[in-house]
Amino acid sequence: MNLVESLERQMAKPNSEIPDLRPGDTVRVYVRIVEGTRERVQPFQGIIVRLREGGVKQNFTVRRIASHGIGVERTFLVHSPRIEKIEILRRAKVRRARLYYLRSRTGKAARLKEQYKQPAAATA
Amino acid sequence: MKGILGKKVGMTQVIKADGEVVPVTIVEAGPCYVTQIRTLEQDGYRAVQLGYGAAKPKHLTKGQVGHLRKAGVADLRYLGEMRMREDEAYEVGQKILVDIFSPGEFVDIEGRSKGRGFAGVMKRHGFAGGPHTHGQSDRTRAPGSIGACATPGKVWKGKKMPGQMGNKQVTIQNLEVVLVDPDRNLLAVRGSVPGPNGSLVVVKAARKQRVLKGGN
Repeated sequence: MNLVESLERQMAKPNSEIPDLRPGDTVRVYVRIVEGTRERVQPFQGIIVRLREGGVKQNFTVRRIASHGIGVERTFLVHSPRIEKIEILRRAKVRRARLYYLRSRTGKAARLKEQYKQPAAATA
Repeated sequence: MKGILGKKVGMTQVIKADGEVVPVTIVEAGPCYVTQIRTLEQDGYRAVQLGYGAAKPKHLTKGQVGHLRKAGVADLRYLGEMRMREDEAYEVGQKILVDIFSPGEFVDIEGRSKGRGFAGVMKRHGFAGGPHTHGQSDRTRAPGSIGACATPGKVWKGKKMPGQMGNKQVTIQNLEVVLVDPDRNLLAVRGSVPGPNGSLVVVKAARKQRVLKGGN
């Protein structure tokens, strides 16, 4: 492990605060938003279409269908203090790491099959 | 002027407490040792000579080894000088560590840029090149016209042309110090630093004061 990687690991949040995220998970991300002097928490709910590893740089992209069927994707840094909490609502069975194919699908075709049996690692 | 020699380690990012993500370059700065003091009387200018980086004596010339022995310091690979103000005092053998800098300060970083060799005008000066179509066959990366006709009847001095690019000394001014880690001799600085990872860099206190946008 090189010096930069070890620093990146050191700056990351402890693992206990981060749920085990996977592509295909339906999550609700609680984001802190600062409006002028006020601060509030806004949830963003959708499917994880991408998860990138790498210490403090670890990030994931959540896709949700907003009003009028418009897809919105938002990328979050896992270790950002602006993220209050991440809830996993549903875990889907997916066969690839990047779910970009969901972008070209709408409605029923954009559904993912739920995974009922949780792998041992995911129950923690 | 305070300064230190170091090595560029690489780039990463730091997330501040308010969530701001800062791109940083990690520099392993020091420990440096004062190897010589240049004085007005003897050398005509004031400066401190600093040494950095462990070296095996077999990789140094006998002259270098003798110079370092005289200063009473370990065998060092790199030597560099920093100009010294009148009110500053250093002594030979003194150890200089990263803790001379603290977060929020601004520094200038000097290094040798990555060499690009003999580069054409598109890479070196950002020219647009010529057309790829309309019957053009070998004008794609050409510089175009380099001047007019009988007036001025010559090519202007300083005309941007192909040539050596990179591998020259570059100074980046006013980089903000984001983190200082005295235990590991590390310095994190906002933005990029010239040169490849592992190359020698000189970190100095900023010469020019930074004017913040829309400053008070």
